[in-house]
Amino acid sequence: MTFLTYLISGLALGSVYAIIALGYTMVYGIAKMLNFAHGDIIMAGGYVAFFAFTKFGLPPVLSIILSIIFCTILGVVIERLAYKPLRQASSLSVLITAIGVSYFLQNSAQIMFGSDTKIFPALLTEGSLKLFNGQLTISYLTIITIVTCIIIMIGLTMFINKTKIGKAMRACAEDKGAAQLMGINVDTTISITFAIGSGLAAIAAVLLCSTYPSLSPTLGSMPGIKAFTAAVFGGIGSIPGALLGGLLLGVIENLTKAYISTQLSDAIVFAVLIIVLLIKPTGLLGKKENVKV
Amino acid sequence: MKNFMNNLFGKKNRGRTFSFLMVIAVYIFVEVLTHSFRVSRLFTSLLVPTCCYIVLGLSLNLVVGFSGELSLGHAGFMAVGAFSAVVVSGLTSSIIANDIIRLIISIIAGSIISGLFGLIISVPVLKLSGDYLAIVTLAFGQIIKSIINNIYLGYDANGMQFSFVTNTLNLENGKMLLSGPMGATDTAKISNFTSGSILILITLFILYSLINSKYGRAIMAARDNRIAAESIGINVSKTKTLAFVTSAVLAGASGALYALNYSTLQPAKFDFNTSILVLVYVVFGGLGNINGTIIATTILYILPELLRSLQDYRMLIYAIVLIVVMQMTNSSKLKQFVESIRNKFFKKGEKA
Amino acid sequence: MKKLLLVLLSLLCVLSLAGCGNSNGNSGNEGGNGGSEEGAATVTVKLGCSGPLSGDAKVYGEAVRNAAQIAVDEINASGSEIKFDFFMEDDQADPEKAVAAYSTLYDKGMQVSLFTVTSGAGAAVAANYDEDKIFAITPSGSATSLVYTDDKNFAGNFQMCFTDPNQGVAAADYMATHFADKKIAIIYKSDDVYSSGVYEKFVAEAAAKNLNVVYKDGAFTSDSATDFATQLTAAQSAGADLVFLPIYYQPASTILKQANDMGYAPTFFGVDGMDGILTLEGFDTSLAEGLYLLTPFAADAQDDLTKNFVSTYESKFGETPNQFAADAYDCVYAIHQALRDAGVNADYNFDNLYNDIVAQFNSMTFNGLTGENMTWAENGEVSKAPKAVVITNGVYVSAD
Repeated sequence: MTFLTYLISGLALGSVYAIIALGYTMVYGIAKMLNFAHGDIIMAGGYVAFFAFTKFGLPPVLSIILSIIFCTILGVVIERLAYKPLRQASSLSVLITAIGVSYFLQNSAQIMFGSDTKIFPALLTEGSLKLFNGQLTISYLTIITIVTCIIIMIGLTMFINKTKIGKAMRACAEDKGAAQLMGINVDTTISITFAIGSGLAAIAAVLLCSTYPSLSPTLGSMPGIKAFTAAVFGGIGSIPGALLGGLLLGVIENLTKAYISTQLSDAIVFAVLIIVLLIKPTGLLGKKENVKV
Repeated sequence: MKNFMNNLFGKKNRGRTFSFLMVIAVYIFVEVLTHSFRVSRLFTSLLVPTCCYIVLGLSLNLVVGFSGELSLGHAGFMAVGAFSAVVVSGLTSSIIANDIIRLIISIIAGSIISGLFGLIISVPVLKLSGDYLAIVTLAFGQIIKSIINNIYLGYDANGMQFSFVTNTLNLENGKMLLSGPMGATDTAKISNFTSGSILILITLFILYSLINSKYGRAIMAARDNRIAAESIGINVSKTKTLAFVTSAVLAGASGALYALNYSTLQPAKFDFNTSILVLVYVVFGGLGNINGTIIATTILYILPELLRSLQDYRMLIYAIVLIVVMQMTNSSKLKQFVESIRNKFFKKGEKA
Repeated sequence: MKKLLLVLLSLLCVLSLAGCGNSNGNSGNEGGNGGSEEGAATVTVKLGCSGPLSGDAKVYGEAVRNAAQIAVDEINASGSEIKFDFFMEDDQADPEKAVAAYSTLYDKGMQVSLFTVTSGAGAAVAANYDEDKIFAITPSGSATSLVYTDDKNFAGNFQMCFTDPNQGVAAADYMATHFADKKIAIIYKSDDVYSSGVYEKFVAEAAAKNLNVVYKDGAFTSDSATDFATQLTAAQSAGADLVFLPIYYQPASTILKQANDMGYAPTFFGVDGMDGILTLEGFDTSLAEGLYLLTPFAADAQDDLTKNFVSTYESKFGETPNQFAADAYDCVYAIHQALRDAGVNADYNFDNLYNDIVAQFNSMTFNGLTGENMTWAENGEVSKAPKAVVITNGVYVSAD
């Protein structure tokens, strides 16, 4: 029974990683850039929801919507101001800019909101489901997180496969030049991608902060790196891959802590990652790219 | 003679000569300054870490710039070099009285051990590419940090004692060399600016020798077009391993120099942020541009110190500088503008 | 390329010459005998400090800066002959940056110091203070390596807070007398000097005192400081009814919430890093009900000194001060007392400052926010007993 408890807490952690990873993977798939500021957009989303709820007394749903709108705008503004001028530049220049944006968001948050931790309110729900005479408890939050994660994944897959914008995104991911020749507005498509990715970040923020309620200016950086790892683990650019990678990462992390060593859990999780990549060099569900001469 | 001059200042080798001259000139300048004026303590305290980061930046440039692979875990190699050097220096402190010899031995030990780790990590390097490789290097850095966090090492009259994860050491009048997250404490500070400058010169020598050799050309060919390189008989695996191991050796040396400049050293220092910091130096200086790396590292390392008077806003300003410089160096309009000014300026100069 | 070199050289020049003019004031009598127009002659002492003012640990550096500034302002506004010129440099809680911050302070002519806020940074500059003969007392750097090492005692380095080993021992002592029959689990931060320092000593002491520790591998690191479900489940299934948390209050607040969500309700026991949990913005204080902690300072104590300090702090900075702040406030007053008793005045020869102030600290008794009748040992450790309190109805109640 304790095994099940470990497994479920792993799934809860993993589904948070997965939602963040979905944002990473979308942006990567289309814009071909590692958006290191993604974790900090999550932080911003957390603060907006926090202030909307506690300071302005908005109802939870409105707070969450406000947070999503704010993050979407923030994502698009960052893309327009910082990344768009670098479309022709090397990918590393974009990476450094993303790191700069990440520092910028963290430090502005510290100056604006103070550096001490704030406790995120219970926006969604409290309480838990008790099974087997109370031997196994699953909090409703965990269920909501996992369900949200699956809904988002299905929604995104449908969006990308069925809608016109989705098609444009896939075209841009395949070949930007050719997409442009086909009359697709590449800039708008990339902006929309950022908007969706950042909106997802806001949802991830609410779920992350509800499950682990410490809100601080650096809250996004470590989950950001873990989610990036999860995205690569599952095969970067692949939406089901991000989900699978996130869930697996969370479960492996928690089971390692439970059964092997808490002190070495970071090392073991990353060692597993290296081994998996050695066996499947493009991640679990990644596409194998054939390099042509 | 003419041949010799051509060798030094010819178009091909101008960059190399400039590198050496620059390092030597700055070294002499700083030495004169520190010996004949009362320079600030801050200035002298920044000299050795700047040297360390230059060497680390150069070593990372070999991987990222010349070999074309993104590494996000270079701090891991630095950590291996640093902690190996601390242990070697601590163990030999009673045997070798001469600081300089001890420093040299520690740096060599740090580089060799770090090089061995480079060899291990080059196994996945050969199989993976792009972002998958980047994540493996990131993972490597995290693993190293996590492992060093759990090492307890000490010695007493009965010899060396070692324990992992929990501290079970029972020393009688001995000395702890590494104590888990506390890392190394009470290290003898034996690095100095002269040794740092010499290490930069050695690094430059190794880099230029490698790049201008047939191996170096093979490394760059493999970066530019792997398939074409293979088709003309270049062993791509071998060249990439060579680049990675050389880079690890240099990073280890830089870590050793770094460790012996401080009385304490904690594994938490060598985290993802440090790897990123060095990557920023390299990209700022220009990929594959050795002089650029040296200059960018110096400027970016000193910048936060110069911004101290801005208090709480200094890291914010630093972030803005990063973004703005990236925009400017990649802006085509700005490039045209600079170009047109340069043209005007030079044309006028020629007429006059 | 040449232009770049020029830029580089000029940058070096600026940096190196910036500090030339005001090279340090420790050797000479540069304390400044100002204020003679005001009537009584006063003397200004330059008080430095380094701590994290950016980065993850910023909250601790800010607390120290704010509280020290309050103490300095109070002293400067009082009739005291000794005035302070207080300045603080950012070290990001990083040993490397701490050395640069120390050098900056030195260049500014620092005469006495509040050392560093964090342990890791402090250990890196402990030897510098000793070599330069600058007196330093840290408000919150609790590792012993700040004040002495295996083979060397830094004569002029002192601590205002308890050392990590002391806290481990005190916690084990308290549990041996009050909770001898409880089953104990420990959750700690294994990559943190403070937490692992307390942890190691506690484990050793607990074994010596035959405490029943059923789960001691509840480690987490800064990379995994969000989810504690595994450690809590392990503690629960090991049957622990007391969970020892030698960690800071931020992760502890998450642990309390997650335990509550799981329906796991053991007795929680923290050390001084736990102070601050009740004033966390948005924290449901009912979760902390029945939490034990060892702390030198309680923001809701009713003595005049604490009430004044807390109300000044709250009105100036809009936050409730934590123990970092209280320790920093005490440091400034302790330094002031030592300077006064050493006879520092407008005619004082600052060459003797170091020896005089060290002699004072080795012999004086100090009363402050964080304790009565504090004294300091030769090795720089403070002697004050960690007081155990239990949170009852949202306030600290003595638990002795």
